[in-house]
Amino acid sequence: MSTSSSSADAALDFASFPDRHGHFGAYGGSFVAETLAVPLAELTAAYDRLRVDPDFLAEFERDLRFYVGRPSPIYHAQRLSQEIGGAQILLKREDLNHTGAHKINNTIGQALVARSMGKRRIIAETGAGQHGVATATVCARFGLDCVVYMGATDIERQKINVYRMKLLGAQVVPVTSGSQTLKDALNEAMRDWVTNVADTFYIIGTVAGPSPYPRMVRDFNAVVGREARAQMLEHYGRLPDVITACVGGGSNAIGLFHAFLNDAQVRIVGAEAAGEGIASGHHAASLAAGRPGVLHGNRTYVLCDDNGQITETHSISAGLDYPGVGPEHAFLKDAGRASYVGVTDEEALGAFHRLARTEGILAALESSHAVAQAIKLAQELPKDRLVLCNLSGRGDKDVHTIAAREGITL
Amino acid sequence: MSRIEDRFTELVAHGRTGLIPFITAGDPLPQAMVPLMHALVAAGADLIELGVPFSDPMADGPVIQHSSERAVARGVGLPQILEWVKAFRQRDARTPIVLMSYMNPLEIRGVAAFAEMAVAAGVDGVLLVDCPIEEWAEVAPMREQGVQQILLAAPTTTPQRMVKICSAAAGFLYYVSFAGITGADRVSLDAVRAGVAQARQQAKVPVAVGFGIRDAAMAQAIGEFADAVVIGSALVEHLAGETDEAGVCAAAHAFLAPIRIALDARRK
Ligand SMILES: Cc1ncc(COP(=O)(O)O)c(C=O)c1O
Repeated sequence: MSTSSSSADAALDFASFPDRHGHFGAYGGSFVAETLAVPLAELTAAYDRLRVDPDFLAEFERDLRFYVGRPSPIYHAQRLSQEIGGAQILLKREDLNHTGAHKINNTIGQALVARSMGKRRIIAETGAGQHGVATATVCARFGLDCVVYMGATDIERQKINVYRMKLLGAQVVPVTSGSQTLKDALNEAMRDWVTNVADTFYIIGTVAGPSPYPRMVRDFNAVVGREARAQMLEHYGRLPDVITACVGGGSNAIGLFHAFLNDAQVRIVGAEAAGEGIASGHHAASLAAGRPGVLHGNRTYVLCDDNGQITETHSISAGLDYPGVGPEHAFLKDAGRASYVGVTDEEALGAFHRLARTEGILAALESSHAVAQAIKLAQELPKDRLVLCNLSGRGDKDVHTIAAREGITL
Repeated sequence: MSRIEDRFTELVAHGRTGLIPFITAGDPLPQAMVPLMHALVAAGADLIELGVPFSDPMADGPVIQHSSERAVARGVGLPQILEWVKAFRQRDARTPIVLMSYMNPLEIRGVAAFAEMAVAAGVDGVLLVDCPIEEWAEVAPMREQGVQQILLAAPTTTPQRMVKICSAAAGFLYYVSFAGITGADRVSLDAVRAGVAQARQQAKVPVAVGFGIRDAAMAQAIGEFADAVVIGSALVEHLAGETDEAGVCAAAHAFLAPIRIALDARRK
């Protein structure tokens, strides 16, 4: 294991990670079957060529602007801030993107990489269906075949997104192994990839998986933080005091955080799903309650038992219901650069309603965890402080879940 | 010399192809594991691959996935598996045992702590499904304790990479017969023959072939050019329905003995 500084170190260049083998300090790497080692090396080579290719970057930026609708604004949630009576809450509006979440930043980037590598068949895993929809969308946009793996349990919970993917021309394959949720969908996508590796490109939906995925997915989502940092300086004349985002695999969070990692005065807080409370054991808070292990191709914090078996997770939001987390977050936690805290189902629901009533915004349940955390942070700070919260997605997809939870039949 | 090396030396001396059955530790019956291992040896196994069950077996097909799920559901983990190995060793000091595992069950114990327990129990080698040569340094403590790390090569392995793998290989090299998951019906004899020939140019250790070998005929055909054949999913599937010790052992014998006979019919 390579080692890293164990405390926040002003001299450490956080933006310089990972190393060329995909290690973020002790985390990350490439723990995969031998069959995938060479395909991953090919992907790394292709991505390293493209990430500095002006034509590739121009096409990526063009699609972000004209297809996704970027830049997304920063919105000052004034009534919410007033009601809380503390710091000002600012929302980075990723919910206004095409398909309604940050996920499309990454799927456009990876679809362009796939096209450039000559791969015409795309596979993806999905939990809530948001990444599946974002993948099906770009496959339609670029004329690529699309197969999405989804746990049978999730298919039942997220019927509308399943239908959306089908409307977009994707094939949705139910996964019946293991707990039949996101982690099993990822396993099944990996099995497809190892079998069809010659013509297939695997678009992973978060900053997990083997190297180079955590870096590549981060880079495609880092547009969020780059924009936000410039917008803060332009509209507020300064950087925020605290930034926060929800953490499932961690792609929207690292997307926001990355541009601020070397701004030592900006506090960084990630909100994990504490489900019914960490003490209840029914949660998905890998960083707050897990331990270092290896899952899905990288070393990171995982939720598992003493035999190393990955444990089942719980969150009201399917997109945070994952027993691992991107290795860069594990690194930032150990380095003391970011802190990660749990937000319960109840707290997220409370924040969902509060934002809806004070600002007229229905946030995704995932993003509602970040809003809940932003509210907590704002309560502790004076009025002249700025808390920037990533509103990673819109809540239309969750209306049924919320109604059911509150005993309402639609 | 390790038990694995001794065994392959013997095989070469007798012109025989090695037979390596794979079973999932704790399936189909935890209480029958030790008798099952002896039954495999009695039916002609030269080396036993013992799968450490894992909740997320990314490289495995449905048969081993389900077998692994059953074992996990019974709470089978490394301490118990090593107890079985220790018990097996009381009556069999010569048959090498290789654990086949994903990283996480080892990581959680700590690689060095695991290795110490494994050596004490009589484990000879460990094959880590998700630890390619890039991450080789991560498990150095295991090799330092004397556990041989069995490395894999696959059809996607490039010649330069093969050089690297072969220079690090210990015990034997495990050649994966196709790009895919365990148990799939994708073996192409010509492709495997070519792959093994390529591996042999670099390998200083014997070459075993596994993935998708289902029966005596296929084992015999691959035995023409490989030093050993590994049979996993087909055996695990054959044992799956058994509900008592006698049944498990009889099923293991019925499955493996004909394969042994087929391999021995063509001595080299
Ligand atoms: C709106 C939204 N936010 C957040 C997430 C969680 O993923 P990540 O942690 O990778 O941002 C998801 C996943 O489905 C999502 O749909």
